[in-house]
Amino acid sequence: MTAVQVWQFSLSGLTTGGIYALIALGFSLVYNATGVINFAQGEFVMLGGMITAAAMSAWNLPLWLAALLAVAGTTVVGLALDRAAIRPARRASIVVLIIITVGASIFIRGVASVIWGPEERPVPAFSGESPISVFGAAITPQSLWVLGTTLVVAVAMWMIFEHTVIGKAMRACAINAPAAQLCGVELSRMISWSFGLAAAVGAIAGIVLAPITMTQYSIGTMLGLKGFCAAILGGLGNSIGGIIGGLLLGVLEALGAGLISSQYKDAIAFVVLITVLLIKPSGFLGEEGGGEL
Amino acid sequence: MARRRRAEKIQLVLFFTAVALLPLVVRNAYYLHILTVVGLNLILATGLNLLMGYAGQVSLGHAAFYGIGAYASGILTATYGWNPWLAMLAAIVITSAVAWLVGKPTLHLKGHYLAMATLGVGIIVSVVIRQWSEMTGGPQGLMNIPSITLAGWELRSDMDVHYFYFVWGWGCLLSVLFSNLVASRPGRALRALHDSELAAETLGVDTAAFKVRAFVISAAYASIAGTLYAHSSMRFLSPTPFDFHKSIALLVMVVLGGQGTLWGPVLGAATITFIEEVLRPYADYDIIAYGLLLMFMMVVMPGGVARALGSLADWLRERIARRSGERDE
Amino acid sequence: MSELLLEVAGLCKDFGGLEAVKDVSFTVHEGQIKALIGPNGAGKTTIFNLLTGVLPPDAGRARFRGRELLGMPSHRVAALGIGRTFQTSQLFDQMTVLENVMVGHHLQGSATMLSAALRLFGAGAEERRYREVAMEALARAGLMDLAGRQAAALSIGQRRMVEVARALAAEPQLLLMDEPAAGLNMRETERLAETIQRIRDSGVTILLVEHDMSLVMSVAEEILVLDRGEPLAEGTPEEIRSDERVLAAYLGEVTD
Repeated sequence: MTAVQVWQFSLSGLTTGGIYALIALGFSLVYNATGVINFAQGEFVMLGGMITAAAMSAWNLPLWLAALLAVAGTTVVGLALDRAAIRPARRASIVVLIIITVGASIFIRGVASVIWGPEERPVPAFSGESPISVFGAAITPQSLWVLGTTLVVAVAMWMIFEHTVIGKAMRACAINAPAAQLCGVELSRMISWSFGLAAAVGAIAGIVLAPITMTQYSIGTMLGLKGFCAAILGGLGNSIGGIIGGLLLGVLEALGAGLISSQYKDAIAFVVLITVLLIKPSGFLGEEGGGEL
Repeated sequence: MARRRRAEKIQLVLFFTAVALLPLVVRNAYYLHILTVVGLNLILATGLNLLMGYAGQVSLGHAAFYGIGAYASGILTATYGWNPWLAMLAAIVITSAVAWLVGKPTLHLKGHYLAMATLGVGIIVSVVIRQWSEMTGGPQGLMNIPSITLAGWELRSDMDVHYFYFVWGWGCLLSVLFSNLVASRPGRALRALHDSELAAETLGVDTAAFKVRAFVISAAYASIAGTLYAHSSMRFLSPTPFDFHKSIALLVMVVLGGQGTLWGPVLGAATITFIEEVLRPYADYDIIAYGLLLMFMMVVMPGGVARALGSLADWLRERIARRSGERDE
Repeated sequence: MSELLLEVAGLCKDFGGLEAVKDVSFTVHEGQIKALIGPNGAGKTTIFNLLTGVLPPDAGRARFRGRELLGMPSHRVAALGIGRTFQTSQLFDQMTVLENVMVGHHLQGSATMLSAALRLFGAGAEERRYREVAMEALARAGLMDLAGRQAAALSIGQRRMVEVARALAAEPQLLLMDEPAAGLNMRETERLAETIQRIRDSGVTILLVEHDMSLVMSVAEEILVLDRGEPLAEGTPEEIRSDERVLAAYLGEVTD
């Protein structure tokens, strides 16, 4: 394998990594507010892509309007998930909450398959298909969209958490919920915000990803699990760790698939994850302890 | 406690006698098949219950060990012509060895990190089953698995009653071993580390070693269930029954039944198997209903059916007591 | 003086800049009741955690009958004959009182997972024997009527007594007791003092961390005073009572 090939694999890996990073960001948002690992996060990604594709083909909407609709629709689903299933079980154990969110993800996927069928659906690239050459490797404009979006979303999140009242209140809840409540922060509203934001971020990931891989009702599970890998790699609840974890995972996966075997591509992320956990049991930016059973 | 133990023994005897009499009532082949599946799931859930309910360690990848057990005995018999019984033994050894290798380092992890590591193991195994086509047959499946012969009888899945008794015989044996184990020195050590690892250690319990042992035993149970599955169903194995969703289904059986109780796995295995079977004909809508049911059951009964029934009984008793109290006044 | 049981020298532990234990040395002799006292944050519980392998030390040595303890995992320390009770009681809540005490017999038992599951090699007989032994232990501790109760349902006082009975079931030579009087009322504390003395008389050496000065003064034969991780004074209760540095460190904390 030549250096150019490694570079090429790394670049395409970064693109997937950007998606994983966005999904990990969604995990962190919900985890910080509730301590819940939301296994339905991957379905938000699927919904983002599917709603966009469906709205464009069914109603001939322009891409931007379809995308906006997708983000709005997915956000509503996220809020509904919180209301209907998470909130009534707030005090349940980790395992019970895992089952609830897995149930939610199965449910969402089922509804999607009934509405949209099993076909793969295309979404057009945002700005053309002609590849751009970067130091000898080719990258599609859509990949740049993915990386740009990751960056913009990350910065936007940072702005929200650092500079808005809502963001600060959400951070306060994550650090110490009872104290934040004493200071007048309404916990349940913060949880709604976190689910809404997580769903929106997931949908955005799905929309920018769709032109690269096509979209289908069943893509959510694996994407969600790998995004979860990224979040754990970076240290659960650590947003920056999650972004780095996502990018790293994408690159390692692409290199592994290229160097070793593309058949085992889906296993690579988990091999990386287990290896990292064995060396540092709470991810590379995480704190000790990952919640009690 | 001795009394409770005796009561448990009587319950076990009554239950398995009742199961043994079932084929006299249930003559429909399809129903017998479902009951056989319940038996398989009971073995799986009982093993996982030891790990989760007693040792307090979560596993989101338990279907991996079921898969390894099934494929190991499937490959050894179909490809290499081994005797199924020998293959079953070899499968247990292989599965236990894998579990030991995986468990030794990962069981140091806590909470979500352990959940994620076990989930990872589950996915790695299911990817390997799918992709290692030369060995496993890949997505097309592994064909021509021979049936098991027991004392000169060929146990064939199309002879439903035979396989029903065979699977439930194993279920009975493994349940008895399980109930012996949890009411003993090592069983108490496991329950102790579940409640307080710190205190268990200061009483001399090597908690790390006990967790690994519980993990290995639960994997061995899964391996036995895997072998039984491999030799029953159409003599054919495909990767799907051993994926992430099977791991979740097993998790649900244990949690829904009631973790750390003797009867939890029975309740959980029966409930989930029946739900899956009832929904099966409604293609496309089945997973919608399944997802909804998972959410609903966990929201309503986070402590499991056994505990929910218990508190329902308490509530009724209280109401009756209040009624009679009012009448007295 | 009787035989040296535990010898701690130069023990240090640093929590990210906070020196919780600073160069602590002391000895415990067989048959003694020794107390570690000091204001909150003096590092007493940390010393227990270092001795029992719960925390890794930064420096120092601790020899138990000549064997180095530090660096050993907790269960090996227990196997050497060092028992422990906890400040916030660590009962196995989902088990009965009897079962809790039976876990205490873990080290004496030999049933493995295999022999227990198959009821082989006398596993059943061993099980019965240890149930009897545990019942006797409960009877001695006056806890017989609690045997079948779920541990979670006990009062604080009962929890402490069960914890002591459980620790004793392991037949330790040295028992580390971490604030056994915390949360007890006066009568319970008096009974505790008797219990501690009785345990010692049965041949178990005791190292006690305690806040309740009346208890310490009545049972301890030797006291080590710690302040902010450092040894401040060591001596008999009378010597400590009249030590000016101790009074200064305690001023405002102890009024009686």
